[in-house]
This record gives sequence, structure tokens and C-alpha cells, in this order.
Amino acid sequence: MNQAKQMTKQATQVRQFLMFSLGNEDYGIDILKVQEIRGYGQVTRIANTPDFIKGVTNLRGAIVPILDLRIKFAVSEATYTEHTVVIIVNIGARQVGIVVDSVLGVTSLAQEEIAPPPEFSTALPLEYLIGLGNAERGMLVLVDIEKLLTSEELALVDKAASAS
Amino acid sequence: MNLDDFSSSFFEEAEELLQDMERYLLALDPAAPDAEELNAIFRAAHSIKGGAGAFGFTVLQHTTHVLENLLDQARHHTLALTSAIVDVLLEARDVLQDQLEAYRAGAAPDEAVANALCAKLEQMGATGGSARPAPAPEHKPAPSAANAAMADNGGDPLLKVSLLKVSDQDRKLLLDELGLLGKVLSHSGDDQRFEVVLQTNTEPDDISAVLCFIIEPEQVQIEAHTAPLPDAAPARPVAAATPKAGAKQTAAAGKGGGDNGTIRVPVGKVDSIINLVGELVIVQSMLEQAVHRFDGSALNTALSLLRRNSRELQEAVMSVRMVQMDYVFSRFPRLVRDLAGKLGKEVELVTEGGATELDKSLIEGIIDPLTHLVRNSLDHGIEHPDKRFSLGKSREGHLFLSARQQSGKVVIEVSDDGGGLRRQKLLDKARSKGIAVSDDMSDQEVWQLIFAPGFSTAEQVSDVSGRGVGMDVVKRNIQTLGGHVDIESQEDVGTTVRIVLPLTLAILDAMTLRVADEIFVLPLVAVQELLRPTAKDLFTMAGEDLFLRVRDDYLPVLPLHDLMGLPQVERIEDCVGIVVEADGRRYVLLIDEPVGQQQVVVKSLENNYRKLPGISAATILGDGRVALILDAEELRRVYHSRELGRQQRNSALVRQAQRMQQEQMQELVE
Repeated sequence: MNQAKQMTKQATQVRQFLMFSLGNEDYGIDILKVQEIRGYGQVTRIANTPDFIKGVTNLRGAIVPILDLRIKFAVSEATYTEHTVVIIVNIGARQVGIVVDSVLGVTSLAQEEIAPPPEFSTALPLEYLIGLGNAERGMLVLVDIEKLLTSEELALVDKAASAS
Repeated sequence: MNLDDFSSSFFEEAEELLQDMERYLLALDPAAPDAEELNAIFRAAHSIKGGAGAFGFTVLQHTTHVLENLLDQARHHTLALTSAIVDVLLEARDVLQDQLEAYRAGAAPDEAVANALCAKLEQMGATGGSARPAPAPEHKPAPSAANAAMADNGGDPLLKVSLLKVSDQDRKLLLDELGLLGKVLSHSGDDQRFEVVLQTNTEPDDISAVLCFIIEPEQVQIEAHTAPLPDAAPARPVAAATPKAGAKQTAAAGKGGGDNGTIRVPVGKVDSIINLVGELVIVQSMLEQAVHRFDGSALNTALSLLRRNSRELQEAVMSVRMVQMDYVFSRFPRLVRDLAGKLGKEVELVTEGGATELDKSLIEGIIDPLTHLVRNSLDHGIEHPDKRFSLGKSREGHLFLSARQQSGKVVIEVSDDGGGLRRQKLLDKARSKGIAVSDDMSDQEVWQLIFAPGFSTAEQVSDVSGRGVGMDVVKRNIQTLGGHVDIESQEDVGTTVRIVLPLTLAILDAMTLRVADEIFVLPLVAVQELLRPTAKDLFTMAGEDLFLRVRDDYLPVLPLHDLMGLPQVERIEDCVGIVVEADGRRYVLLIDEPVGQQQVVVKSLENNYRKLPGISAATILGDGRVALILDAEELRRVYHSRELGRQQRNSALVRQAQRMQQEQMQELVE
């Protein structure tokens, strides 16, 4: 990436995204929503919840739900090893952990480098997408993690609580 | 419980209201007053008036009344506000503060000042009524009021206090001190000689004794002040400027002498301390587990010390959040008096155990249910004097409010000697509402009917009770606080409603238990007994529901395995049964084995996640793992509702029970 290009990037609005992979697909989420990245520790299973909700874990005294996007998007085998990564994201005052296959790094994308979301999508509703970017390995799906995690579909948040 | 306790909470409340009033007054834009702010000021004055009336503080009541009238005019736009009016309102606020301080100290407030202020306020209301802001006449009354106050006041002599060679900084302090002893009418002078004219009933000796905390006795000269005031005008601003600081100090000084002073701490801070202590407790139990693998008696001693210390620390910190029940009880005398008057009843209120302490969040949560119960007692419980008389009771009804601590719980009772609940009426009502009842239900069960939604036996809806907010809300509120409600009642003798609450919501005495390889936590209050169930005591109903015979009772069986989506139990002998009581009903919870008994720190699931059915909260175990805290009452509800799929019910156990029943049947036949 040459200097001139970086200069123009500074001029326009630039957003930073944390890139991670789910199976063979690459995703990005707004870095400002990311609190920390940690290993997959002890997770207490919760009965009668969708399978992508792995349970809750102890994050320095707070009880934090962990969900596995790999299961939600059905993109890869959900195996848990010592290399399994959990991204803790902040949504409002809430903390939620998401399990991904691996974290790829951080990328800066100017507004014009982000292509609008595709006109159709069957698995991932369009409203949860910011757009599509370009990464080394190809297409980078930019997800509006806040919208996704507060969606009724994931049922992570009580309806009453999300309304307030 | 004496009047002092009531009045001290009134003073604290009034103090707050005055602070609010000042804040709003200061923020008020006279040209375009914010209606909400005006209302808030009006309400503050109104609330103080109400309290003052209840305690017989007539001067305060009168002053607030006049102030309220003026504020009401402003509120309804019949009075155009000017900054001069706001100034006078602020002045009125200061006078109220002085009056409060006087009442608090057990002295009579300065009536002359009050009268002068009232006259000014009334005049303002009259001239302002013509919507013509007239700042000129309004400014005049200020000095004349001060003069009038002095002229009218023959009681308190004027003293000239001369301070010699006192630095500028000390002079300010001394002036504040003098402001506490009386009214500073004027002050002037320099480093060498500083003269203060003080209107006070304090003896000169006492004054110099007070001042000698700051300066040497030689530096003080006190003499009677006879000369007319050089200029009364500056006196007022001084008086108006100092009371606030002065008032604060009186409060502090008054409480400093052995009385337990209070500090205001944001709840958030206290909560974070509590969280930290909770962490400490967790660390301690982690250590404890680690040490179990070693054999070191020294380590063990240290640990037991740590355990004791951290427990004590925890209790001490928890106590910061504790509030006395008086905080709640103190609002009832007035409510009862007003309500009894409205209903034409004679009621004596007796409160007991107001010193019982309860967690602040619980205290706040208990106010509404308790108010509802008190209203209910007055409205439906206690009869009219004539009726009471004809029943051979005293004309005056009695309402008892009591609070006490009992084995780690707080028991609050609302009790009256009124008509009591009528069993037949409740049963009839229940039938008409389509609630399943039978005539041989126990009294306790019948009384519980009044907690059913939409259940009101009031013959007519009055404006006191019977309007919407029913006993079901009371019960629900108390249950969300982790408590429960019992009723005892006897017709024509009276009713007692007993609320049992935990001391705090932050820490729970609990039993830890294991199902498959998962650990759950069950509040100890719900646990009645543990038993080893056998198949011969197991029965089925409708081929689906399981019952276990426990002595002479048949209790529904809930395998926790099913509720938590774990592998089903094959033989009931592999389980341990916990007889759980929740909400007055009992059931048997099947688990794999009990693990232990410990205090757990309650952690919210909803902060980051959501409410889960059958789960009240979570906690962190010694190994850092999260364990879910079971909600005994909700578990039953979940199990018997459609939320749990039929296929999730334990079919193996049903088969086992049926087999057993068959065998027994055959034995009988043979």
C-alpha cells in the first residue's frame, strides 16, 4: 500500500475492521466494538437455548454469553481447541463473546472501498451487513455486529431490555 | 419508635427538597420559566408543608403555605416571574432552611422573620397578580423586613462581637460560626479589628467559648450592641449568603457528638465495593480448593483466617447498603391518619422493630407493597367505629406494623384487628371467577386466593383500594425481591399479612448440586429435605406425570435432567431427591448428587444476556466456572407448562414407575 493511497484514505472517512475467519470465509467487524480477544475458556452450557449459544462464561466477575458464529452461519465444523478464539464485543453496556475460527488482523477501509451489500442474501439478512470489502484472501463480509447481536433472531437480549 | 425518628427523616427529606428547590430556582429563567422546574419547586414546597403540618411545625407550615401560593400563581402564569421575585424565592428558601434548623435543634424559629417574609411573598403575589413586574417596591421590603425582624424581636439581644488581629481566612470561619449561634446582622472592619453585630440568645461566654476553638480568648470582645444599625441593607445579603454553609455545619456538629453521622455515597460506588468483595470471596474459595491438595496446617490456619476476615469484610461492606425499616415505616403515620380520616374510621398505628435493617434495594422495593397492604387493612380490614362497637370491640381499630430479623431473614408483618377474611366469600368469589376451589381447602390455601390476579372482594371500589393494583401485584413484587407472603386471618378478629424477605439480594445461602457433569446452585431456603427415592414410591398419572410418595404426601417429581436438557435418568434409585418448597407448594427435584452448601455471590445474567426460564441468576464457583442458580418456583412452572416439550419428559422413569405399579398390582392379586 503506497503512501499516496494512505494519504487519500486519511482524507476520506476511514473505518477500521477486525478481520476474522469462519471456515473459509472472511468477516470484518467494526474495531471500536471489540473489547478484547481471548481463548475459549470454561463455558457453562444453558439448556433450552439455540445451539449456537454455547452458554455463559466468567469474564472477570461478569457473566458473559458466548455464541458461536460458526454454528449460526453453518460455515465450518465447530471444534473447540486451545486455539479457538473468542472475540468479546461491546454492544451498548453489554458484553458478548463470539467464537470464530481465527482472527486475521485489522484492516482500514475507506468509505469508497466498501461496496454496498449484495442485493440478495438468504442466510444472513441484509440489514446486518455493512457491505463487502476486499481483503488479501478475497471477499471480506463486513457485519454490523451490534445489529446482529441485538436482533430478535439471536434472542440474546430480552425484548423488554432491548426496547429500553 | 418515637417521634424523633420520624422527624429526623423529615428533616433529611426537607433538607434534600430545599436543595432541589435551590437548584431549580437557580436554573430558572424568569423570562421563560420551564414548567417542569416550576412544578418541581412547587412540589418541594408542598412536600415540606405536608411534613411540617404533620409534625406541628406551624411557622414552617405557614411560611411554606404562603410560598406555595405564590409558586402556584407562577405555575399558572398569573404571576409574571422576574429575577427580583426569584431572589425573594431564594431568600424564602434560606428562611425555610433556618426554620428547619431551629426545629431540628428543638428551638422555636424566628417568627418575625417568617412574618416579614410571608408579608413580602403575599405582597408580591398581589402586585404580581396584575402581571406587572415591579422590581422597585420589591426591593424595598428587604431591608425593612430585616428591620422589622429586629424591632419586633425583643427576645434576642443584639451583641457586638469584636475580633482583634484576626486573619482574613479565620474571619470567614468565625463569621460562619457566629452565623450558627445567631443572626449576623452586619460585619465590618479589618485585620486589626473586625466587628460583627449578632442577634442571638446565646450567652456571651458561650460565644467566646465557641470562637476560642479558632482564636485566643484575648482576641474576642463581646458587648451589648445598643446603637441602631448603621445600615440594615447589607445585613440581608450576608445573612442570605451564609446560611447554607452554616446550616451544613450545624448538621455536622449536631451529629458529631457521639451520634452516628451519615455520609452520602453514590450507590454505584458501594456496588463496586460489593463486587470486589465478592471477588475476594471467590479468590478465597479458589485458594481453599488449591490448598486441599497440599498438607500444610500453617496454610490451613492462614486460610481459615482469610475466610473469617473476608466474611467479616463482606458483612461490613454489605452493611453499608443496609437501611433501617424506619425509612419505610415513617411514611405510614401520616398515611394512616389521612386515610382513616377520609374513611371515617378510628385507627391507631403501632410500629415495632423500625431499627431492623434491610438492603437498600429491598427497602425501596418493599415500600409499594407495604403501602398497598396498609391501605387494604384500613379500607377492608378495620371496620367502622360503630360496627366495631356493636361487635364488642374498641371503637378504635389497631394497625400493627412490625419488622424483625429471624434466622437470616427479615419478617415484616402488617396486622389489623379488623373483620378478617371471610372464607366462604373468598370461595364464592373464586368460583365466580372460574378458579378451581374446593370446600375442604385449608385456610392457608383459601387465603392465598386473594393473590390471584383480578381478585378483589371489596364490595365496592373506593378511591383507597380496589383499583387495579391488586394483591397479585403485591405478591409479585415481593417475589421479585426473593421473598414470600403468608396470611393468617380469623373472621371478626383480624388479619396478619406476613412478608418474609432475604436480608440482601447480593449473597445467597445455597446448596450446590450435580447433574451429569454440570453444577447447579439451589437457594437453601427452598430446600426442605433430601431423600433417596425408590421405585416403589414412584407413581404415574395419565401416563406422563410422575409422583413420589414422601411419607403421606404424593409430590410431583421434576427431574432436573429434563429441565436442563441432560441425558434422562434410567432408574430413580440413581438419583437423590430434594423436597423443594416454593410458593407454598412442594415438589421433588431429582438430581444426581448434592455437592455442598455454601454462600454464593449472586451475579446478574441479564446484564449481558437475558432472563432464562427456571434460572434466577448465576454465580461463579471456586474454580472460576459459572454455575446457574435455579429458581425453585419457576422450575415448577416451566416443567408443567408447554415450554418444555413432551419428548423432554423422562419416559424411562415413567416406564420404571409403571412397571413397579404393575408388579405391586400383581402382588395384590396373588
